[in-house]
Amino acid sequence: MTTTTPQVGKRRKKGRGVLGNSGLYVAVGIAALLFLIPFYLIVRNALSTDLEITGENWKVLPSFQWGNISELFDDPTVEFGRSMVNSLIVAVSATLGTLLVCSLAGYGLARIPYKHADKVFYAVLATLMVPTAVTFVPSFVLVSSLGWVDTYRGLIIPGLFSGFTCFLFRQYFLGFPKELEEAARVDGLGYWGAYWRIVVPNSLNFFAAIATITFISAWNSFLWPLVLAQDPSSWTVQVALSSFITNQTVNFHLIFMAAAISILPLVFVFLFLQRWLVQGIAQTGIKG
Amino acid sequence: MSTTTTRGVAQPAPAKASKARPRRGLRGNPTFNFWLFTGPFLIGLVIFVFVPIFWSVWLSFFDARYTVTPSHFIGFDNYKQILTNSGFPDSLLTFSVFAAFIVPTTWALSLGLALLVHRLRFMRAFFRSVFFLPTAVSYVAASLIWKMSIFSGVRFGLMNTFLGWFGVENIAYLANPSPPWYWVVIVSLRLWIQSGFYMILFLAALQNIPGELYEAAAIDGAKPGWQTFRYITLPQLRATSTAVILLLLIAAYQAFDEFFNIITLKATWAQTPLMELYKTALGTNQDYGAGSAGAVILSLLICLVTLIQGKFMGFGRGEEGK
Repeated sequence: MTTTTPQVGKRRKKGRGVLGNSGLYVAVGIAALLFLIPFYLIVRNALSTDLEITGENWKVLPSFQWGNISELFDDPTVEFGRSMVNSLIVAVSATLGTLLVCSLAGYGLARIPYKHADKVFYAVLATLMVPTAVTFVPSFVLVSSLGWVDTYRGLIIPGLFSGFTCFLFRQYFLGFPKELEEAARVDGLGYWGAYWRIVVPNSLNFFAAIATITFISAWNSFLWPLVLAQDPSSWTVQVALSSFITNQTVNFHLIFMAAAISILPLVFVFLFLQRWLVQGIAQTGIKG
Repeated sequence: MSTTTTRGVAQPAPAKASKARPRRGLRGNPTFNFWLFTGPFLIGLVIFVFVPIFWSVWLSFFDARYTVTPSHFIGFDNYKQILTNSGFPDSLLTFSVFAAFIVPTTWALSLGLALLVHRLRFMRAFFRSVFFLPTAVSYVAASLIWKMSIFSGVRFGLMNTFLGWFGVENIAYLANPSPPWYWVVIVSLRLWIQSGFYMILFLAALQNIPGELYEAAAIDGAKPGWQTFRYITLPQLRATSTAVILLLLIAAYQAFDEFFNIITLKATWAQTPLMELYKTALGTNQDYGAGSAGAVILSLLICLVTLIQGKFMGFGRGEEGK
């Protein structure tokens, strides 16, 4: 073993000469450029005049119309600011609610010895087979009969009970070192106390990963808000954007500015929390 | 004396406390705690997942136009109607074409990116971020860029400008269904958004392949490159590949956002299953019965695909087995 490893190391280094390596970087660089073009386009168009977007003389750099930002938010016909606030409220509450409800359930399923826990777990697993996107018709029927159309409740609450997130938490807690909790139980804490004082503080990485994933999907979700938010004052940012695309009531530069602003918070969240996000996906994304 | 009395008084107290402790507030009772932890979730799951599913199955056997509390039982008529008298069968065809494009291309691109990034020594985190970043973008925002900037169909749209350098005539990507250029728009958009996510899955799997396998192969005379990829990397990635393909299929079934914004509901072509359900149930007819029948059919199809794939490719089991 010890003799073969260095040999292979040498052979690998040889095989990957200056040329091979630079070829690799050229390939990755071209792919990266292609992946970045849409980001460039959205920023460029957001800071252009309409003529620069549709006109004949394509310029690489826009004329940096920073006034487009205030024009968008001041436009009384659009309510874009309102939709941003709606999205923020919905996405933050959905994230906190999902973390609370699903983590507790996942812990209960993983750790508390209850004789019918298996049956309950199978019932949760069964819901994974039917994707929520397919059940939007009956869900809409239910939520509208509760009178929740056009409300934050309707936008937030039905999404909290994700069988998949509960499942991920269960898998995670199964792998959580049992000794820590047992020590806490011996010291007189109940399940509830052990959970909040020992388990949660030691699982913040995992919670951060799930929070990031939940926040992104809540912010970006479109079908459910489209179905549910019928009054423009309850539109989320995705519904508002879509109404610009399909109706074209707004000018090009305002549409692109709206899209850029809708992406911006997420890109920041994304870059900032990426470590946890990647970890979380790699750990839990599919292995269960 | 005083000490003994205090002891005598004090003694039963701890005994009582220790006896009572497990019961006090039901702290140690597993059954109580189980429901304390999972109860809220289960109540929500029943109300917002199980009730809609069963309600949907029930509605699908009733004449339920404009109403959700129907009284007229019509058996399988809703199923007949949605399968013969609507765009639903065509939408299943649209899905099949879409899946045939998007599943293999995303699989290949995300695996390719993972292999490239995996080999990088410098700036690995940077390139990984670049490919992963589109995951943050919504399909709605991406639809906007694709429809109004890259594939706007006018002469100065980005793609037509680019093709113009090679003397290609203007292409109207979205104006009409034949030739079906719209597939280029839809597929490239989804490739851009989702490849980075699956790349992360492949990267994680690549890191888990034991290095000894490559060493052993090198000793056996396998050439690095295609041979090791074909006989070591690919088989080792089998479990991940299977899961990725399944996830891609399910995601393709549920395609809605970009089709809704780029193709729009008004078009008579390229309507996905969810768009048809949206039109049937929430359009002018508000036919919840036929809409529910469609939802039931789709759910059954997804379950069927999942089970078949699980049977043939051993979904998720490959890794544990080895």
